[in-house]
Amino acid sequence: MSGIIGKKIGMTSIFDENGKAIACTVIEAGPCVVSQLKTVERDGYAAVQLAFGDRKVKNMNKAQKGHLKKVGKESASVIREFRYFTSEVSLGEQIDVNLFQIGDYVDVVANSKGKGFQGVVKRHGFSGVGGRTHGQHNRQRHPGSLGASSFPSRVFKGMRMAGQTGNARVKAVNLRILQVIPEKNLLVVSGCCPGSKGAIVTIEK
Amino acid sequence: MSSLIQFVEEQLTKRNELPSFKAGDTVNVAYKIREGNKERIQQFQGVVIQRRGSGSTATFTVRKISGGVGVERIFPENTPFIDSLTVLRKGKVRRARLFYLRGLSGKSARIKEKIVTA
Repeated sequence: MSGIIGKKIGMTSIFDENGKAIACTVIEAGPCVVSQLKTVERDGYAAVQLAFGDRKVKNMNKAQKGHLKKVGKESASVIREFRYFTSEVSLGEQIDVNLFQIGDYVDVVANSKGKGFQGVVKRHGFSGVGGRTHGQHNRQRHPGSLGASSFPSRVFKGMRMAGQTGNARVKAVNLRILQVIPEKNLLVVSGCCPGSKGAIVTIEK
Repeated sequence: MSSLIQFVEEQLTKRNELPSFKAGDTVNVAYKIREGNKERIQQFQGVVIQRRGSGSTATFTVRKISGGVGVERIFPENTPFIDSLTVLRKGKVRRARLFYLRGLSGKSARIKEKIVTA
């Protein structure tokens, strides 16, 4: 695996060679700097740490500044680790969108949009009770029964109920790279990927 | 819209050069249809009832009455399949979305022509 950190810009659609409109997401990815190489001997696991973006230097604390100084970078807005990095990289090396080619399949990881506390219809796709007639009272979007009665006399673990929806780490898998625009550090991938506009995403190959 | 999205759209979408038209106009769309390896051109003539979207994702909807049945077709403005679009008649309407036409038929579904004074 190899990867890069980026920022989701938004969605649009393009026409492919057959004239079909394809929905696509535009991601501003990289350039990232390899800020640390973790090894099994020293750190217990192998990983490549990438630093992306800029931040006001006054908002960086000393530890972060010192850490990035080793690779000649003043600030970074995001630092992420990638385990199982297959391509050979060296400390301070820059990684940009040229890592990807048109036609590659990638996974995009990000925090999804938060939906707040949601009922079972939105959260788990329950269909509700179906209608307001036939004696139905005022519970059109309720889950119904949670289980049987005296046996087992409890609700099974993992029963799907209402609760916090969204704002969780989501991986969108097998998105095809439609276009790579190195001069603006842009990637165009097919379909949608998690997160709001401006969300930090990691793209894994 | 983000300027980067605009940049991507300019790079990747070839814009169709369409004449200016609005909701209420009667247009004729020559649309390329691919059947196997053969390509032919189909005409679709009717009233534009809405234009929506912006940039390379914009679309417009054309409504016509075919055999007594209303038929609507949505065309992406920049699809490579549009061969040509001709405006046959400018319409005088007061709104941008003419969905009220769906409930009308016959004489009441007509749209007055807009007389353009030069």
